[in-house]
Amino acid sequence: MLSWKDIPMGAIVQTPGSAKEYRTGDWRSQRPVWDLSKCIKCGLCYIYCPDASIGWKDDGYPQWDEFHCKGCGICATECWTKAINLVEETE
Amino acid sequence: MEKYGLYTPRVAPQKEYFAAGHRACVGCGEMLAVRLVCKALGKETIVINSTGCIEIVSSLFPDTSWEVPWMHTLFENSAAVASGVESAIKVMQRKGKYADGKVNVVAMGGDGATLDIGMQALSGAMERGHDFVYVCYDNEAYMNTGIQRSSATPYGAMTTTSPPGKKSIGQQTWKKDMPAIAVAHNIPYVATASPAYPFDLMEKVKKAAATKGPAYLQIFSPCPTGWRSAGEISVKLARLAVETGAFPLYEVENGKYNLTMDFEKLRPITDYMKPQGRYRHLTESDIVLIEKKLHEQVQELRDKSSR
Ligand SMILES: Cc1ncc(C[n+]2csc(CCOP(=O)(O)OP(=O)(O)O)c2C)c(N)n1
Ligand code: SF4
Ligand SMILES: [Mg+2]
Repeated sequence: MLSWKDIPMGAIVQTPGSAKEYRTGDWRSQRPVWDLSKCIKCGLCYIYCPDASIGWKDDGYPQWDEFHCKGCGICATECWTKAINLVEETE
Repeated sequence: MEKYGLYTPRVAPQKEYFAAGHRACVGCGEMLAVRLVCKALGKETIVINSTGCIEIVSSLFPDTSWEVPWMHTLFENSAAVASGVESAIKVMQRKGKYADGKVNVVAMGGDGATLDIGMQALSGAMERGHDFVYVCYDNEAYMNTGIQRSSATPYGAMTTTSPPGKKSIGQQTWKKDMPAIAVAHNIPYVATASPAYPFDLMEKVKKAAATKGPAYLQIFSPCPTGWRSAGEISVKLARLAVETGAFPLYEVENGKYNLTMDFEKLRPITDYMKPQGRYRHLTESDIVLIEKKLHEQVQELRDKSSR
């Protein structure tokens, strides 16, 4: 627990984007699974992700970020070719 | 996205300035809008942010999602603080105490912060002609404090302070036309945008930032928590809002209206309302009334655009 002595004057945060350290992936109840044979590498899933949790693999296919993805499913709804399925998290 | 069919999301700026790890609800359309706005603005930006979901979910001390300088103001005064920031930069540049070049000064707030409590600060800043952008994220209620009605809440919608019942339809007033109020200030750029049309949105943000003088943007922001809708359809709802006329997309450059997205035939409003719990109580005649009003509004925008 932080005490007032640990908090900088004016509550200034000096590390940009430090929230990245926080695992929002724990909130997930379902995860996206790609069928790459259907994926056309358009990147719609990437642009519509509210949590900036989809990036790229070296071969140009999308790569999701397990640490941050909250499993909202917008990517699966929006994908043109229905290449993304939502699968229940088991643990 | 029709007009921008040539773009693919791959060519959008890849750098994120609104980082993952924010605590927004699952499927939040407002944070998607913020992410896209930040992408379009880029690095040379200072954000001044009213209280509301955006600020709360992005700045849990000592964490921050922001990768540009960001300042939290009160609920009501982000436009006033942005005016100060813009003026300070101008003076310091004149005195050689600040690097030359353009800095985007951007105030942001929710619909409650913008259409209600912060309106006088915003009106003042627009009237004084500060070189800044104001972005209103419109999720049609005070969501962060638990879904209270605002003047942006549409007619008939359920909120905790506009509950439907025997004697009430829910929200009893029609949505305030804030873009028209901004236009009435004779500012050079006003636009509405939607995260369902990301390239249109980012183009408008860039235009707003490049505008000399005040620019006002109102961005539709689906809120699954407040609208009682599923998180996975947030973008779909944003698209349906445009296709049904519930949230038309247009821009107003130096007073000249231009509908940026128009359809030969608007979709039935039920396509948009059905998946949302906040409209569940509406009767068929209520819906007919609402549809008629929305169609009239779109026609009005068409007429203004062809002038
Ligand atoms: C002067 C003042 N009154 C009330 C509040 C409490 N408050 C904090 S956020 C909020 C709602 C914000 O609504 P909106 O601007 O629409 O943003 P949203 O959370 O919907 O994104 C309220 C009422 C406050 N912080 N300051
Ligand atoms: S309440 Fe609505 S606007 Fe706020 S974080 Fe949740 S989904 Fe987003
Ligand atoms: Mg709101």
